[in-house]
Amino acid sequence: MEFDLQTFWFILVGILFTGYAMLDGFDLGVGALHLFTKTDDERRIMLNSIGPVWDGNEVWLVTGGGALFAAFPEVYATVFSGFYDAFMLLLFALIFRAVAIEFRSKQPGKLWRRGWDCGFAFGSLLSSLLIGVAMGNVVWGIPLDENHEFTGNILTLLHPYALLLGLTTVALFMMHGNIYLILKTEGELQAKLRRWVKITIPIFMILFLTVGLITPFVCPHIETAYSQRPIILTLLFTLALLSAFNIPREVYKGREFLAFLSSCGTMVALMTLFGASVYPYMVFSTPTLANSLDIYNGSSTEKTLHFMMIVALIGVPIVLTYTASVYYIFRGKVEITEESY
Amino acid sequence: MDIEILSRIQFAFTVGFHFLFPPLTIGLGLNLVIMSGLWLKTRNPIYHNMGRFWTKVFGLIFAIGVATGIVMEFQFGTNWATYSRFVGDVFGSPLAIEGIYAFFLESGFLAILLFGWNKVGPKLHFFSTCMVALGAHFSAIWILVANSFMQTPAGYHLAKKVKVTADGTQHPLSANLAEGTYSVKEIPLPEDYILQQSDLDSIRAVIDNFWEMVFSPSSMDRLIHTILACWLAGTFLVISISAYYLLKKRHVPFAKASMKIALIVAAVSTALQFWSADETARGVAENQPTKLAAIEGLADSTAEAPLGVVGWVSWDKDDEGNIVGINETSIKIPALLSILVSGDFLNPIEASKVVVKGLNDLPSDEFLQARYPDASPTEIEKIRPEYWPNVPVVFQTYHIMIACGVALFAIAWLGLLLWKTGRLWTVDKKFTRWFLIVCIFSVFLPQIASQAGWFTAEMGRQPWIVYEILKTSEALSQAVRAGQVLFSLIMFTLIYILLFMVFAYTLNSKIKHGPSDDLSGGQLPEKWRSITLLEKNNENKD
Repeated sequence: MEFDLQTFWFILVGILFTGYAMLDGFDLGVGALHLFTKTDDERRIMLNSIGPVWDGNEVWLVTGGGALFAAFPEVYATVFSGFYDAFMLLLFALIFRAVAIEFRSKQPGKLWRRGWDCGFAFGSLLSSLLIGVAMGNVVWGIPLDENHEFTGNILTLLHPYALLLGLTTVALFMMHGNIYLILKTEGELQAKLRRWVKITIPIFMILFLTVGLITPFVCPHIETAYSQRPIILTLLFTLALLSAFNIPREVYKGREFLAFLSSCGTMVALMTLFGASVYPYMVFSTPTLANSLDIYNGSSTEKTLHFMMIVALIGVPIVLTYTASVYYIFRGKVEITEESY
Repeated sequence: MDIEILSRIQFAFTVGFHFLFPPLTIGLGLNLVIMSGLWLKTRNPIYHNMGRFWTKVFGLIFAIGVATGIVMEFQFGTNWATYSRFVGDVFGSPLAIEGIYAFFLESGFLAILLFGWNKVGPKLHFFSTCMVALGAHFSAIWILVANSFMQTPAGYHLAKKVKVTADGTQHPLSANLAEGTYSVKEIPLPEDYILQQSDLDSIRAVIDNFWEMVFSPSSMDRLIHTILACWLAGTFLVISISAYYLLKKRHVPFAKASMKIALIVAAVSTALQFWSADETARGVAENQPTKLAAIEGLADSTAEAPLGVVGWVSWDKDDEGNIVGINETSIKIPALLSILVSGDFLNPIEASKVVVKGLNDLPSDEFLQARYPDASPTEIEKIRPEYWPNVPVVFQTYHIMIACGVALFAIAWLGLLLWKTGRLWTVDKKFTRWFLIVCIFSVFLPQIASQAGWFTAEMGRQPWIVYEILKTSEALSQAVRAGQVLFSLIMFTLIYILLFMVFAYTLNSKIKHGPSDDLSGGQLPEKWRSITLLEKNNENKD
């Protein structure tokens, strides 16, 4: 690996999408868990645990998209036009979810609230699933022509491996949201959430192990990557595994914050594993590998990459500082106040 | 319907819907800074109550702005992939900067604004208000920079990607060479190179100078014009809701104080907008003369060109249904267009002699001849209308925008006059009632003006997506079919109707609920009360 501008941007785009997964991941997870609790008070606490931050979390997706456009316009164009139907569904799910969050607590009616609760939950589930399916397709490869145009259709994208990765993402976000909720709640609800962890963590672990073990064998491109850099990939996989195993330990010991950090650590390790497995490719073309997009034939010119690198090196640390400050200010348990949802 | 028209409708619909909300947050952001600043300075609880109320309204609008904004960030790639590939090197940067510098700033500090009353002190809270307003303005800057590149492209050149073998010979990108025997190089093309559709697999717009692109000939004019429009959108929301409270005799002290601030901002902004509009239009005359002729409905080039106030333009078609010209009837002010275009208001007689080009000469013969070297002069005449925007539509959208602007100016300054003569608060008088009712509905005017102005700018640019470089029809996604766009368009329509209902309903309930009327400072966060008291004691000691 040569550390050039393209690699810098590959890593930075990776960081932005990892930030998105870590942050919107827990609020999508909270949404997916929403229907499992029945009382209105508990649902309001769950909703308000993400109240101050959910729209800020979605900004990571917007910025990730913008950075991808600036640094790798060919990749941006190929992926977004190729995954047209999937991305449109993702957009509808995300918007519908936002509507549900804003609308739910505005009326006391039972049917009203139940309806929006379902909207919130299914919007969150569908979003998580589609994000996972998209990633699954990037790893698996999609049919591209010599101009890097996608030549398949929606059915091309819905093969078993991508769906498996979709389900794994759902499980990951649900576990992540579960732990976030433990951090944000107290009393009876927290006790309930602690019980749920005994289900959400094992489900994720089983799916994660399945994906981790079959990927090097069923995805031809990843097989090559494992033969090229076996040590680093195995190391990352082990790191993700250890980090994930640490979660139940911390929950058991009552150290919720460390449990949440472990969950974040698992996601960072997984995204790094993902990046290290595909690098320097960004979109594999299957069956014609020569039509693939990598960080070189998919990138902007060096001039743009260089200029934008300076922009990012100034901007991103500032963003991280005040994002961390905001989370610090809102640490602690959820309180339902006049401003709440 | 074909994919081009469907994709254009979808883009116009989603961007138009999105564009209802950011102007409100930009304008409200400015008003919030003033209100919170006044509280910090005077410690009058009424300003705190105002901050509390308008922040809630801001939060609602921002949430919908984000939800619809994600669509915009994706849509260049989903529907306009060829465009994205072609301009990505230039156009992606401002969008990425917008994300890094504007959205994070806005959303991060908004959390403090909305939910941080009991968590931070008044100064940090005020600082957050400033950051949110700044973030909202930053996002306008970068999106306008990006859009202005489509209007007046600058700071770039066209380059062709070729495969170069070891001996230095160049092969087209499509040549089938063995892996490892060549490298891909970008060869700069001459400035007058005319892009062909077949070039789009290998030719890209490549950045020369980032700042030249940022300060393109139209960007600053259009930025100021849009920011002012945004201030008006947010400010007239404040005016409208305050007028409603005044009429209903609810929250009267709150409504009065809000109204005063908003009227000042509105009066200043509407006045500045006239100056900015004039600058912007002169820029259009210089950089996009075809657009100017279209929005003014000017068929023939002429000196002493008149300015239309209201009117009607229709296509003039030949027997086969081809467009050959325009028919225009309108109420006109003689020679005013020539004077405005020259900008020399002190010498109106001289200025009126300026020739304004009409559509029958636009685009120029040379421009068309370069694109159709074999065409005869009569054939050129026939081709010309293909390079015109939809004149009947942009003529109307442009004039609607102007009419709204004039009306807003009148309302703001009349309001100021009524306030200063003490007649604005005498709600029982007929004239005041009538004026307040107008104020309530005035909230729609900046929105109509913004939408109409945006349509004028974008439809007036047609048939180009990048002005005089790339055509809209050539910029579509190759991998997407019309059926897919039709489906997504239907879904967007349904879900946005739902979203709008949510917005209207929630805004309505916030207005009905209203601000706090506690003028003794009861709404102040507990921690702030002790700070305020402490400061008051210190002042007494002094």
